[in-house]
Amino acid sequence: MMKIIVCVKQVPDTNEIKINPETGTLIRDGVPSILNHDDANALEQALKIKDKDPDTKVTVITMGPPQAKEMLEECLAMGADSAILLSDRALGGSDTWATSNALAAGIRKVGDFDILFAGRQAIDGDTAQVGPQIAEKLSIPQVTYVKDFEMSGNEITVKRALEDGYEVLKLKTPCVLTTIKELNKPRYMSLKGIFKAVKTDIKVWGADDIGVNLETVGLKASPTNVFKSFTPKPKGKGIVVEGDSAKEIAAGLLGDLKAKHII
Amino acid sequence: MDFSYTREQQLVKKMLKEFAETEIAPIAEELDAEAKYPYETIAKLGELGVMGMPFPEEWGGAGSDYVTYVMAIEELSKVCGSHGVIVQTHNALCCWPIFTYGTEEQKKKYLPELLAGKHLGAFGLTEPNAGTDAAMQQTKAQDMGDHWLINGSKVFISGGGIADIYVIMAMTDKSQGTKGISAFIVEKGTPGFSRGKKENKMGIRASTAAELVFEDCKIPKENLLGPLGKGFKIAMTSLDVGRLGIAAQALGIAQGAFDQTVAYMKQRKQFGRSLDKFQALAFEMADMKTRIDGARFLLYNAADKRQKGLPSTVEAAQAKLFCSETAMYVTTKAVQFHGGYGYIKDYPVERMMRDAKITEIYEGTSEVMKMVISGDIFKAQA
Repeated sequence: MMKIIVCVKQVPDTNEIKINPETGTLIRDGVPSILNHDDANALEQALKIKDKDPDTKVTVITMGPPQAKEMLEECLAMGADSAILLSDRALGGSDTWATSNALAAGIRKVGDFDILFAGRQAIDGDTAQVGPQIAEKLSIPQVTYVKDFEMSGNEITVKRALEDGYEVLKLKTPCVLTTIKELNKPRYMSLKGIFKAVKTDIKVWGADDIGVNLETVGLKASPTNVFKSFTPKPKGKGIVVEGDSAKEIAAGLLGDLKAKHII
Repeated sequence: MDFSYTREQQLVKKMLKEFAETEIAPIAEELDAEAKYPYETIAKLGELGVMGMPFPEEWGGAGSDYVTYVMAIEELSKVCGSHGVIVQTHNALCCWPIFTYGTEEQKKKYLPELLAGKHLGAFGLTEPNAGTDAAMQQTKAQDMGDHWLINGSKVFISGGGIADIYVIMAMTDKSQGTKGISAFIVEKGTPGFSRGKKENKMGIRASTAAELVFEDCKIPKENLLGPLGKGFKIAMTSLDVGRLGIAAQALGIAQGAFDQTVAYMKQRKQFGRSLDKFQALAFEMADMKTRIDGARFLLYNAADKRQKGLPSTVEAAQAKLFCSETAMYVTTKAVQFHGGYGYIKDYPVERMMRDAKITEIYEGTSEVMKMVISGDIFKAQA
């Protein structure tokens, strides 16, 4: 029986996001919260393993405010077996280092696992640091940017996306894998899943429950501080080089680039 | 009384909204233009549990209540009315009578595949000369000792030729009038049972409707559904459930057209301002929203009554009457507010207006709904 843990995060829906031009901060009022996209791919891969071997236990874990329970319910409705929310004022304001301290502590409390999946990065912060940091703190081997996954017995073969290609890597469990959207298409919640999810008790653990050192979590413990947020000024207007043939257009472009001393 | 959505209902609505917008919206125009039955999306809805939604899990259903069930049909119909009616016909008019009136053997034989959406169900009552006057059944089922012999035809049957399992009404004793009608389960592929003319419809074009032809069609004795002579009652009680589904379909079409119009009015500019800044139009939108919400309360009330096991025939008729008339009213206005763009197929409101019309006709016309409602008023006063 495989034990799988999936790290998920509730994020504001980026399709609906607006930035306050004066303060440079996100306007969160009225913006719907969703399961982070890459995390949905992480959960989908775990559920695919469970499809093949129904004895597999899939646990989702997140750190966030109490309303993150709503997202965990959706993960259960997709097919996860259990869900844990790390929620405590002491954990608020954590940067990636502090967040991974808390999550690593929570995961230790869950116990041994075969695979830990996490989305590559969250769409609100885009750091892609928490997954790898958890792996380091738990001393478990990791592969990031997983776009293809195969498993036979205890041996896992993954494709790791690079900018201009991919690596094929073989590894054994336990391992930490961070996933990207090319990996799969996340499933919908099912009706039976929904009816089960609303009856499932979601565990809420505070800082005391996970036994984390309070000097390693929260805003004060975070080595990263936001100095300033701003919206970059739009670049100047682009130009369209026109011409009757590809040769003419290329010649025109070349002339423009030379005139501006770019080449 | 509780007028708020449960957490379950919020999640069901969210799931089906995502499904409808991702899987159905991109193909809805093509399905309509080519009158193509949406096998793939219906199979996916089966996997999600929608094709056996209001039935207990022990039979393979999703175990939903009726209020949540009508919400599901509403969500699908916001994007495509054809999907709404396919789900509703299957659930209410085939699965429901088999679940309610079937023997243990019939339920074991048919329900698991039907409720999983692996088999599709249909219902045959209407005939060329038996529409609203459904008692004028000419299709006959003769008791031949070791089997039934069915002869006759049915028209406008949703899912005709596509469905695997059919609940068919036929006359077993003409001298008894409506009490001489019985219900039968007929499987696709039974010798003597074939699909006749496929109808070329105004709307809900992705939901195939066809004629069913029975020529010396032999079916086993055990395929009689419910007691002999109870077919009319089986049909009428199934239609009570069906009307909730059609009301939900109509409500969804109305809401879908309304939402499209809100978005259009915000971006369409004339005389230097967007359409929503014209009070005459904005007030009409206020009127439409009020009608839609009124329709929704009537429907949820009727579904809630059914869920609680209370009488709901009149409530279902009221819901169907008002939801379908609201659908026609709103979609007509939606086309009007889109102007010339509303009349062409580049915007979905054109399809929605055509889809809306049938909701005032099938599973009992608006006139039949008024017969049901007025009959109750004057029965109560007598």
